[in-house]
Amino acid sequence: MTNTWQDIKNANVVIVMGGNAAEAHPCGFKWVIEAKIHNGAKLVVVDPRFTRTASVADSYAPIRPGTDIAFLSGVIRYLLEKDQIQHEYVRAFTNASLIVKEGFSFKDGLFSGYNADTHSYDKTDWQYELDDQGFAKIDDTWQNPRCVINLMRQHVDRYTPEMVSRICGTPVDKYLTVCNLIAGTCLPDKAMTSLFALGWTQHSVGSQNIRTMAMVQLLLGNIGVAGGGMNALRGHSNIQGLTDIGLLSNQIPGYLTLPKDQEQTFDDYMKTRQFKPLRPNQMSYWQNYRKFFVSFQKTMFGDAATAENNWAYDYLPKLDVPMYDIIKAFEMMVHGEINGYICQGFNPLQAFPEKNKIRRGLSKLKYLVVMDPLDTETSRFWESVGPFNPSDPAKIETEVFQLPTTCFAEEDGTLVNSARWLQWHWKAAEPPAKAKSDIWIMAGIFHRMRELYRKEGGAFPDPILKLTWNYTDPVEPSADELAKEMNGRARADIKDASGAIAIKAGQQLDTFGQLRDDGTTESGCWIFTGSYTEKGNMMARRDTHDPRDQGITPDWAWSWPANRRILYNRASSDVAGNPWNPAKPIIQWDGSRWVGIDVPDYGPTIKPSDGVGPFIMNSEGTGRFFALDQMVDGPFPEHYEPMESPVENLLHPKVQNNPAARVFADDRADFGTPEQFPYVGTTYRLTEHFHFWTKHALINAILQPQEFIEIGEILAKEKGITNNGWVRVSSKRGHMICKAFVTKRIKPMTVAGKPTHVIGVPLHWGFTGLAKKGYGANILTPSVGDANTQTPEFKAFLVNIEPSNGPEGEV
Amino acid sequence: MTLTRRGFIKLSGATLASSSMGAMGFGGCGVALAESVRPFKLAAAKETRNTCTYCSVACGILIYTSGDGAKNSHANIMHIEGDPDHPVNRGTLCPKGSALLDVVHSPGRLQVPKYRAPGSNEFKEVTWDFALDRIARLMKDDRDAHFIAKNEQGGTVNRWLTTGMLAASASSNETALLTWKVARAFGMLVFDNQARV
Repeated sequence: MTNTWQDIKNANVVIVMGGNAAEAHPCGFKWVIEAKIHNGAKLVVVDPRFTRTASVADSYAPIRPGTDIAFLSGVIRYLLEKDQIQHEYVRAFTNASLIVKEGFSFKDGLFSGYNADTHSYDKTDWQYELDDQGFAKIDDTWQNPRCVINLMRQHVDRYTPEMVSRICGTPVDKYLTVCNLIAGTCLPDKAMTSLFALGWTQHSVGSQNIRTMAMVQLLLGNIGVAGGGMNALRGHSNIQGLTDIGLLSNQIPGYLTLPKDQEQTFDDYMKTRQFKPLRPNQMSYWQNYRKFFVSFQKTMFGDAATAENNWAYDYLPKLDVPMYDIIKAFEMMVHGEINGYICQGFNPLQAFPEKNKIRRGLSKLKYLVVMDPLDTETSRFWESVGPFNPSDPAKIETEVFQLPTTCFAEEDGTLVNSARWLQWHWKAAEPPAKAKSDIWIMAGIFHRMRELYRKEGGAFPDPILKLTWNYTDPVEPSADELAKEMNGRARADIKDASGAIAIKAGQQLDTFGQLRDDGTTESGCWIFTGSYTEKGNMMARRDTHDPRDQGITPDWAWSWPANRRILYNRASSDVAGNPWNPAKPIIQWDGSRWVGIDVPDYGPTIKPSDGVGPFIMNSEGTGRFFALDQMVDGPFPEHYEPMESPVENLLHPKVQNNPAARVFADDRADFGTPEQFPYVGTTYRLTEHFHFWTKHALINAILQPQEFIEIGEILAKEKGITNNGWVRVSSKRGHMICKAFVTKRIKPMTVAGKPTHVIGVPLHWGFTGLAKKGYGANILTPSVGDANTQTPEFKAFLVNIEPSNGPEGEV
Repeated sequence: MTLTRRGFIKLSGATLASSSMGAMGFGGCGVALAESVRPFKLAAAKETRNTCTYCSVACGILIYTSGDGAKNSHANIMHIEGDPDHPVNRGTLCPKGSALLDVVHSPGRLQVPKYRAPGSNEFKEVTWDFALDRIARLMKDDRDAHFIAKNEQGGTVNRWLTTGMLAASASSNETALLTWKVARAFGMLVFDNQARV
């Protein structure tokens, strides 16, 4: 989230698209109701189903799963055509005026530079025209046809209301009602907030779904302001933190990245990480990358990371592919390329697509280690559980370790919420029986491995032997010590410009501004610097005061970065530094510095007249309609059909799907066609359940005890399916037999002139726990991910459905 | 006299039990009435501040445990409710958070380390030492056999691809940092978390 949960109450329009906050984030959704009641806000919901969020909306529009880019590109077209954009914001704070390189083009569904053999783009021309000094050329008058705004206008021109309606199945009148409500927030003192979740990410075009709305928000001047922003409602209690700390194939904590094979030396690595400003005077804050990296390596390897060995650069593994994500890992597994796998609180047999492939992969492992508080399906993948898990244990050679761990109530530590708050929690009780913390288990594995390397030697032991482990209790390091390690400290006396000692050796740092690239500082995650200082644990603060009652609560816990609550808050004021919305200012210029209720996302004393852009992490200082080479599938979003779709792409039939998506050959062979599987399937969660955990909790298992699908009344009647009757739902990859819930909440849509039916598949059941056994929705879903992030396409695929007999003895 | 909500509960519980209502302004109430009221059981419980383990709204919760924290007492979690001081949830919880107690005490909670041998159709209880020694042995043998120090062009790459790891979604930052350090020191790249699902 760019903003906070409570800040939603400041919105004039709340759009929930790609999520269902009322059911999936109920206690956060209360702030939407607050906005409606106390701020007169309008709630707009765009969703394939009439969800409980939709049931309290002022305007609801149905949409076919997987067509959000078409819908939102149409919104951009509408805003430009009606000239309902916030002109001053767009001119000063976005890259609308910058001129794009001559070689860039878009034709028949493909951007320039496409290579059909590799399914990837040469992105050289996805750039600005640069002047002699290396700065992007600009035309403030927007006369130059190569200005970003003009190329964008041209790009979205095809998305007329009629075309949007034909692709999305949204009736034109409902679509235009939504456009009109959104457009109203182009006024400087009006704001719209966008709330979204997996409904946008779990598509082969997931990242571009979100980008399209971000472009809408930039046009309206809704980023950086109270009641605005792009607000990803994250799904797990610390998935924000685990992302921040870089537990992803290609990441280093704090959104640094691991080196690639071609970056053989540290200098090569830094060459592509210079972040030279693309416009004069810009902060381009990533210019400090080297300080963050060197300080991180000092945390990892201490004295073993020196200037001479390039800060132990070679101790880090290098990548030969963009990433080894989970879809790739299971592809490797089924081909026998992975021998061991460790699942720490993760249940991939339920959570990842194409369940039969996941089971095949696990069956080929030599060893599997599962650390979890609960009895997961993954840890029992080898068991024979009838149709729900048809394994033959005698044929599976995998050694499996099921290790019991603590749960949230049995540990100290921090979780990062959706709004980037690091909130400390305290241990309430001991874990059951012999359960142990993940920290104790990881330390135990590490110590045994280190001991084996000391005794036996072996492959490149250096990073293992030199890894910093200076904890008071090396067997189970305390949460406080690890939190301090992430914050970082001075390794030597740090002097200021006058030569006086500013920070003594050993002191905790206050801000990432103190980090150095000479080895005198260390920090395990630079964006967390300031969270655990000499003043103590800032994440444990519990002061609820809230200046002007505006939803900031600056002294409750601690927010990264720098305890800043609203990202890009410099953009809450106009070019001169006066708030766009005088009733709800965040920061403003007082003649000598930036002041307000939040920590400025900006240099605190940079004068408005200096022309420094508010988007300080971007090298040109502006928000980007044109994304340069940052996305693998194009600098502008484009509508591509889901990998399995009931219709051909109306815009460019020859480029049906995302041309830059990575699809493995055996996965492609498992895609179905609309002739065999004529209905659109989509997965989702129920308000009574959390993933595959709460079927282990008695109350939740009673509330929603049994696997079912949702089907609209018209299709049910057509197929002879009755409410509470048994059905067989199938895709090219597998089938499930479960109950049908016939509902008014899903209605057929007219897509390209034909009726299109959607079947809803809640995903909570498996073969362990207290609820009835079920197949799990991932028996149906295709193994393909978003081209940029490899998030699986769980939200749009093809299925068939027939009435069925239930299992013997069931009614 | 300034009282928070919970202070009020504690005070009223304690004073009811000792039948002295004067401090609360109930002077004159019948002693018999006060003694007939069962003490509010949370008044004697220890209160611990925590965060709901499910979605990223991250509702503040209060966990109540019996036991006074002494060395020979065993803390048992007996009640969990929303934290009224928390600025986001303000004491409310959803259908999942309201049932947190049932996941803490679920019969599905794992109790002891277990091991399933190749071809076997059952888990057997093992000691932690057996499990961790065996895991370290398997990992070291795999790493030594398949570690890639140099790629085909002779460049230094130092990666280990034949063992992978999935990190959690509800573990703490502190667990995350330790996990990152260990996995990358081994050279792991097949390393991911639950951000996508």
